[in-house]
Amino acid sequence: MAYDTQFLLGLYRQMVLIRQFEERVKFLFLEGVMPGTIHQYQGQEAVAVGVCSALEAQDVITSTHRPHGHALAKGLSIESLMGELFGKVTGCCHGKGGSMHVGDLEKGMVPAIAIVGGGVPIATGIGLSFKLRQEPRVAVCFMGDGATNEGAFHEAVNMGAIWSLPVVYVIENNRYSASTPICQTARVERLTERAHAYGIPGVTVDGNDVLTVHEAAQVAVERARSGAGPTLLEAMTYRITGHSRRDPCLYQPEEERKQALAEEPIGRYGAWLLAEGTAEQAALDQARAEVDAEIEEAVRAAQAAPAPAPEAALEDVFA
Amino acid sequence: MARDERVFCIGEDIGIPGGWGGAFTVTLGLEQDFRERIIDTPISEAGLFGVALGAAIMGLRPVADVQYGDFLFCAMDQVVNQIATMRYMSGGKVTVPLVMRAPVGATGRGAQHARNPEAIFYGIPGLKIVCPATAYDAKGLLKAAVREDNPVLIFEHKLLYGSKGARAETEALDASSEVPEEDYVVPLGEGIVRREGTHVTVIANLLMMHRALLAAERLAGEGISAEVIDPRSLVPFDWELVEASVGKTMRAVVVEEGPRTGGIGAEIAASLAERMSDYLLAPVGRVASPDIPVPFAPPMEEFYRPTVERIVEAARGVVVGSGG
Repeated sequence: MAYDTQFLLGLYRQMVLIRQFEERVKFLFLEGVMPGTIHQYQGQEAVAVGVCSALEAQDVITSTHRPHGHALAKGLSIESLMGELFGKVTGCCHGKGGSMHVGDLEKGMVPAIAIVGGGVPIATGIGLSFKLRQEPRVAVCFMGDGATNEGAFHEAVNMGAIWSLPVVYVIENNRYSASTPICQTARVERLTERAHAYGIPGVTVDGNDVLTVHEAAQVAVERARSGAGPTLLEAMTYRITGHSRRDPCLYQPEEERKQALAEEPIGRYGAWLLAEGTAEQAALDQARAEVDAEIEEAVRAAQAAPAPAPEAALEDVFA
Repeated sequence: MARDERVFCIGEDIGIPGGWGGAFTVTLGLEQDFRERIIDTPISEAGLFGVALGAAIMGLRPVADVQYGDFLFCAMDQVVNQIATMRYMSGGKVTVPLVMRAPVGATGRGAQHARNPEAIFYGIPGLKIVCPATAYDAKGLLKAAVREDNPVLIFEHKLLYGSKGARAETEALDASSEVPEEDYVVPLGEGIVRREGTHVTVIANLLMMHRALLAAERLAGEGISAEVIDPRSLVPFDWELVEASVGKTMRAVVVEEGPRTGGIGAEIAASLAERMSDYLLAPVGRVASPDIPVPFAPPMEEFYRPTVERIVEAARGVVVGSGG
């Protein structure tokens, strides 16, 4: 498939933005400057970027406890994310959500759902609303491999299937549910084998190849938008950072980790862009420098922003 | 549903032609007028409540129901972690106009189709809760809930659904009342004085409200004047009405069908102790079920649920013990 150079470079920039954002956040966190806990996305960037680049602005995603990458890929501003991570009033949830609940429905992202599997029924309901209103919109449900062992997953994917809803269920299989390897908790080799049980297509792709993810997502999104129903899309990837704060990943075998680092999506895609002659090294360096500058500005703004008044905690329970 | 096309019903067995219109016929025949908006689901409570939430945040107004209140526990993550928190987590940006309906009360079905779980949800911030005791309120509160921009959980008592019809319960009470044809709402958070009195305020809803009225009748024969208040909503709670009443009677008894520990009565009694200590002549009385699962055998079930006699005894105790 032939792609526009701007589009290809855009994917690179998006992935680098997520990686650099996460690295900066990790540093701020380890410095003790940032409150709370964090679940980071390093290594999985090709999934969020590949899928979201196949969506329209009016499409809606649900996310997980590991949502920063999805948020940036769906178009939330760096400032509103960084503000939320710092618990400031400038955050996308005014400091009431935090790292695990970032989102902005105006941008097509439901506040992230940090109960594993909890977002699957919600994304299904969003799809139902599109179908009832005959709107040509699509809901995308991001989830981890662990979510496929939750009852909510089975209940909701089945409902999406029987009603032919415009939903794409995306499993980011990073091979670990926290520290437990998925091979220990599922007998099937590919989690998409479960799609057969619901009578919908299941597609497993290399989740570290952004164009492969993009193309698979496009097929699934088109299918959903056309009224043909949901797809279960599994993107094989790897988390090259801890599950959450200060996790040294001692459960990831050395060899496996080494290989995963060699296959991480940004290095791979950058090398491909260079080999194809799509971009010069200077262009890639410039993209990195630009996002670094934007991130620094967001950190500065977030640190300077006012903290919410403690008693503002009492607001927003009800409309 | 005729008034607002955003409203739809979602639940199990709610609109199957030849079926029952939900476990208790509440949606019977609606599918004939609103086929697209009566959605029958698989037996998937977590799924259907999450689906309702997803549709609600996109601007529709779902009415999701479970066949028995006990099944709410299958959907607990969605109700408690998702539905009740979504608006808050979003910093007030997301609106959740979602109605949930759940039949409650012991009706000869053993422990898993019988619970009165109101107190469990009473302690979950982010949910509004209503408990209609009459046909008039059932219509008015449902309409108010559907028009509300927040999640509302409606607990309906199985013995108040009606004493007639295919699914009538054997011990059903006649809760019928004049129900105007026209459009009206019973605002959330507005209680009502069901019977005026001067010696003791009896606070009760759902089936217990009817038993409290019977108890008040008997108490009157003993010269004790009981005021019966039906709060109708648990969240928000009509403290103004209750305080005005207790300010007058200076005594209160709370009646509930659920178990005593951690019950609605515990919360109301504690709040009254804080708010009305200058007025109360006696500790607030509590009438509730014992802390046991709901039993099956009819004599045991009868023993479990507060009777008119127990309400009479509690009210009498509070009044006589404080010089009334």
